[in-house]
Amino acid sequence: MSFGSSRNSGSANRSRPGRTLFIHLFLTAALFATAFGIGATSINLGLDLRGGTSVTLQPRVQTGDSGNVSAESIDQAVSIIRQRVDSLGVAESEVTAEGSGTNRQIVIAVPGETGRRIVELVGQTAELRFRQVLVETGGVPTPTDNELIAGLNLSPEEQSAFTTLDCTAAELNITSVTEDPNKNLITCDRTGGVRYVLAPAQVVGRDVESATAAIDPASASGWFVSLDFSGDGSKKFGELTQAVVNLPTPQNQVAIVLDGSVVSAPRINEAILGGRAQITGSFSQLEAQDLANVLKYGSLPLAFDRGEVQQVSPTLGSDQLRAGLLAGGLGLALVVIYSILYYRALSIAVIGSLSLAAVQVILSLFLLGKTVGFTLTLAGIAGTIVAIGITADSFIVYFERIRDEMRDGKPLRVAVETGWIRARRTIVVADLVSGISAVVLYVVSVGSVRGFAFTLGLTTIIDLLIIFFFTKPLVSLMAKSKYLQNGGRFSGVSARSVGMANFADSKSEEKL
Amino acid sequence: MRISGLGGRLYRGETSLNIIGGKRKWYSLSLAFIILSGFALGAKGVELSIEFKGGSSFTVTAPSGTIPQAESAVQSAGYSGETRIQTIGDNKIRIQTGVIEQSQSNSIQDSLAKTFGVTVESIDTQNVGPSWGEEISRKALQGLIAFLIIVMIYLALAFEPKMAIAAIVALIHDVFITVGIYALVGFEVSPSTVIGFLTILGYSLYDTVVVFDKVRENTRFITATGKYTYSQAANLAVNQTIVRSLNTSLIALLPVAAILFVGAGILGAGTLKDLSLALFIGLIAGTYSSIFIASPVLAQLREREPAIKALNQRVMARGGAPVAQGQRLQRKRDKRKGRK
Repeated sequence: MSFGSSRNSGSANRSRPGRTLFIHLFLTAALFATAFGIGATSINLGLDLRGGTSVTLQPRVQTGDSGNVSAESIDQAVSIIRQRVDSLGVAESEVTAEGSGTNRQIVIAVPGETGRRIVELVGQTAELRFRQVLVETGGVPTPTDNELIAGLNLSPEEQSAFTTLDCTAAELNITSVTEDPNKNLITCDRTGGVRYVLAPAQVVGRDVESATAAIDPASASGWFVSLDFSGDGSKKFGELTQAVVNLPTPQNQVAIVLDGSVVSAPRINEAILGGRAQITGSFSQLEAQDLANVLKYGSLPLAFDRGEVQQVSPTLGSDQLRAGLLAGGLGLALVVIYSILYYRALSIAVIGSLSLAAVQVILSLFLLGKTVGFTLTLAGIAGTIVAIGITADSFIVYFERIRDEMRDGKPLRVAVETGWIRARRTIVVADLVSGISAVVLYVVSVGSVRGFAFTLGLTTIIDLLIIFFFTKPLVSLMAKSKYLQNGGRFSGVSARSVGMANFADSKSEEKL
Repeated sequence: MRISGLGGRLYRGETSLNIIGGKRKWYSLSLAFIILSGFALGAKGVELSIEFKGGSSFTVTAPSGTIPQAESAVQSAGYSGETRIQTIGDNKIRIQTGVIEQSQSNSIQDSLAKTFGVTVESIDTQNVGPSWGEEISRKALQGLIAFLIIVMIYLALAFEPKMAIAAIVALIHDVFITVGIYALVGFEVSPSTVIGFLTILGYSLYDTVVVFDKVRENTRFITATGKYTYSQAANLAVNQTIVRSLNTSLIALLPVAAILFVGAGILGAGTLKDLSLALFIGLIAGTYSSIFIASPVLAQLREREPAIKALNQRVMARGGAPVAQGQRLQRKRDKRKGRK
């Protein structure tokens, strides 16, 4: 026995618990400094905690179209919807694709009280249209506007719409999304710098068969977009280009309109009868690819099934936030009380570890909120509370192991080390299982489940860090204290609490 | 009286609960529960929330509002389908309808706002499309299967393949029991409940891992020492970890109970209540199964192996070692370690 113990205490000295503790606390302080340094000082709260509207859409291929819902087309849908939501001018709106592969959903979250408009806005199918340009002018109304539209036979409503349209206004004209393809369209370009009067749509997105961005290395023209029309589309596009090619500028331009705003309005240089067109200009690679994407996915518009629409009032939001925090505080308090009753002095390690874990979780949420836009939902809060139990479990596994070793007759300082070697494995395996469940939940799920899985996974990682680099060294340090070594009554490792009353050595009896 | 004192006696084998030996008892108890659950499931199934069925839910904060008022408000909005109206807490009324169009939902909101004198924005609304439930059910099922496969492989590698099987048996047991209780009592199953179920899977395994770790430790050199049958060694392991299992479960239950208390008591309904109720029931089932189901199943599986069979015969031929001598097994193993 003495041989074993001297060897083990040797390894305890080598592990230098004080230094590990110091490094750990130092790194936590560094995390703290980083968070505050980059201004990450608050947690992004989900809509269920502060009120707002969330819409989850399930994309599907529109009836009558073939093909699949591809990851690319979902990305495109996300960017189209984001444009629509941004046009509402509500700060902190979010549009994200969640889930995995092609089974993704699009989740739109908008804080505040814009409920109905959002719901109407986001569910509509994006449709690409080609319209002849009738007027092209600056983004703000001018006194000469009436001259521009003089010969166009516009209705009085259209005239007033044009003369009052201000493309630089923060909130764009949302009604333009519900454009009627059979009527003229008065609208802006995407940057808000140009106003257009456009003729009824003659070619629509579905007439486009494919669109690609390409570069011609032989000429100096740079990036261009090449466009193929389907059989019917070729004919319609041919007619359109033939009709406009010889008109004066800007009426020889064809505007590509997506969601009611003009993406591009190229000039037609010749009638395009073969169904294959090229859009050239001083495009960068990115611009060309964006335009090709618009043309491509405008031609295969996704339809959306309304998945779930949730409108949470700010009162319910703050109620839920309070309830979540209360449950967290209560849960933490119960665990602390239990460990004090059961582990006495050893509970100092539990309380210290749980507090440090709490600080690290909060700092991580600060940083993740700032860097990757993580938002905490009610389910996320529940995840962290459930994790309190899992973290505390690791301590129990370790402490009970220490007691087991002491039951085998080992003194505390040895038991702390040998018990750790045994407990370590159990803790790692158990945490890995819990980590796997978090990852699986995260990958297959949408919405609130994701938040839960994320915080559960995050806290599992923090749990491992804490027990290895904080709890264990702290217990090693504590084991040096005479009070614990002598099995003091409130030590949590007294002969009585270990269950060795019959075997108790005379030394600890004298102390009492 | 003192649990920790009991822990010491259980550890040394002075007090021994015959858990593996009593497996018939535990199996019958669980089987009875599972059959009962099966009947309840077959007879009335589980109550699904609108997220699964599709439909809309409106929650109005109106301290003086009544259910008949809400009824007439919904009717005057032109909705004649099935409704379910209940009060939540002391100041809220919740109205649930079948699947409706967005425009219908808007008019119900307007009508409720007018009836109860509140703003439209203060009404908490949820509209769920008819195919949404299918989608999330499919995802939950995918998650379940992926999880089981990954964990099986992991446990088979980290422990023994038979431990993986026994752990999964215990896991399926837990899910059955929990779902059965939901069917019996008629608790509503929402997506949050499903998250709870999936989390139980992870937790139930955590508990089983703790027990199996000890079983493996105690049985590693079992054929070499030839003192104990596999069941005896496993039983000692269960006894040695029982205090730990109860402790870890209790401490995991405390925060869950806090969520349940706050969720059900203060908020009345929703994510917190659904999640924690599933966890609460599942955790208890998980603790029971890791002690009373997983280990006996493991012992049964292992005792079919020829090497273990031969060992058991050798031990039995010598009259068998009483379980109470666990301490000696422990000492023996420690000595072996020292020699290495």
